[in-house]
Amino acid sequence: MLIHRLLNRFKRQEPPKKRDDLGILVFANTSEVIQAERVLKKGGWPVRVMGPPPGIQSGCDLVIEFPLMEELHLQRLLTDAGIPPLEVVPVNDPLLKPVDLFHTKDFGGYLMVRAANMKLTVDKESLVIVNVSGGGCPDVPWLAGLMVGQTLMDTPSPGTMGHTLCGYALKLALEEVERQCLP
Amino acid sequence: MPAIVGTVPDDAFPLVSGKVRLKGDVLEIQGLDVPVNRGTPALAAAVLKACEVLGNCEVTGFLVGDIGLGKGSRKLYSHLVDHLPAMEIHTLAFHYLQPDVDWHNRIVFAVEAMAKKPLMIADAGFMYAAKMSGQAGFYDLFTPDAGELAFLADETAPHPFYTRGFILHDENRAEDLIQRAYFHNNGATCLLVKGKSDHVANEKGILATVDSPEVEAMEAIGGTGDTLTGIVTALVDSGMAVPLAAEIAAKTNRLAGFYANPTPASSIVEIIHQIPRALAEVLAATS
Repeated sequence: MLIHRLLNRFKRQEPPKKRDDLGILVFANTSEVIQAERVLKKGGWPVRVMGPPPGIQSGCDLVIEFPLMEELHLQRLLTDAGIPPLEVVPVNDPLLKPVDLFHTKDFGGYLMVRAANMKLTVDKESLVIVNVSGGGCPDVPWLAGLMVGQTLMDTPSPGTMGHTLCGYALKLALEEVERQCLP
Repeated sequence: MPAIVGTVPDDAFPLVSGKVRLKGDVLEIQGLDVPVNRGTPALAAAVLKACEVLGNCEVTGFLVGDIGLGKGSRKLYSHLVDHLPAMEIHTLAFHYLQPDVDWHNRIVFAVEAMAKKPLMIADAGFMYAAKMSGQAGFYDLFTPDAGELAFLADETAPHPFYTRGFILHDENRAEDLIQRAYFHNNGATCLLVKGKSDHVANEKGILATVDSPEVEAMEAIGGTGDTLTGIVTALVDSGMAVPLAAEIAAKTNRLAGFYANPTPASSIVEIIHQIPRALAEVLAATS
């Protein structure tokens, strides 16, 4: 039992370190990456969403970096979840790192957070999302239509509804707004 | 004739091309209604509103439904590849489309096959693809916001999402970023950079800066960049030189925002309604 707990602790806390210990999971589209990230993070696996290296010719513009030795386990988890990766490959080339800087602007009654090229603005008192701006991918106007007018508690998540990198950036912006506005 | 290429956030919306009209707050194309709230419909509405001042201009739309899966965009790319070579278009503005370098390059070939190359404007997803393809120089105008300028300046980034931190958005560095974008051949002939201050630039540097009136709330409102691209599209199509059109568009968009007196919760429609008044005023002050 103790060994099991120690193993679990290792599994949950050890971040990926050495490049030759890492692999990437390639998916057909960003929505699958987002779903897979959710499944794996929920299980406590130390995975990161990254940009694909230049050598990867298939899949979308996001990949999941994971400890390579866990390949079979993670493949099984994802297959059981209905989102098997298109490809699993070791990391040989540098991965692109997603933007991780947030900019916050306080308008008094409203708070705006920008993540990469996406901005999300919320009414601080009612917690209603009042605007979504920025971005250039076609899911942005669609996601904005779904989210504007909804409260932070009720809004559909761009993490589950979005399909592109802009959608993923909007998910990050929403998470940052939630972090700042929700108890 | 200006033509607008972009998407509508409705997966069921078919591929349509034809004359676009504005009925109140709704666009009409081929008998179909499209609500104007943000994205390409907001851009098209801004073109039409600017045309109310500039005189009679017919605006052609190439629109398709796409909610981010790219199916609609690819259908539209294919349609353009088949039809553009036989068309006469003065100004061609590309907007919210799934970034796809392969399809982008096929569009470039189709434009090259036209009898006369249109003035080429790219914004949003299509601008991302144009930069990734290494063919930014094919375009007369890009209209990035400050964050997208950083993306153009980062020669390694395939999308604004991967812009490296040391380059990332700092509006005080606009001049450096513009220079860097051109150094890496990622700038169109002219850039209209949208932000706290708007900058018109070319490979020699910043040509004009527009920073008043300052309407802070506009940054939060979805569609303010789309209306700016729409206004400059109409002005370029009227025969105005691209840098001057960009400067007048920046002034007009800001003034329209000022007259709308918006809050961060306002809708872009409120600003679109003010475009004719603002454009008439800016043109009168310019002449």
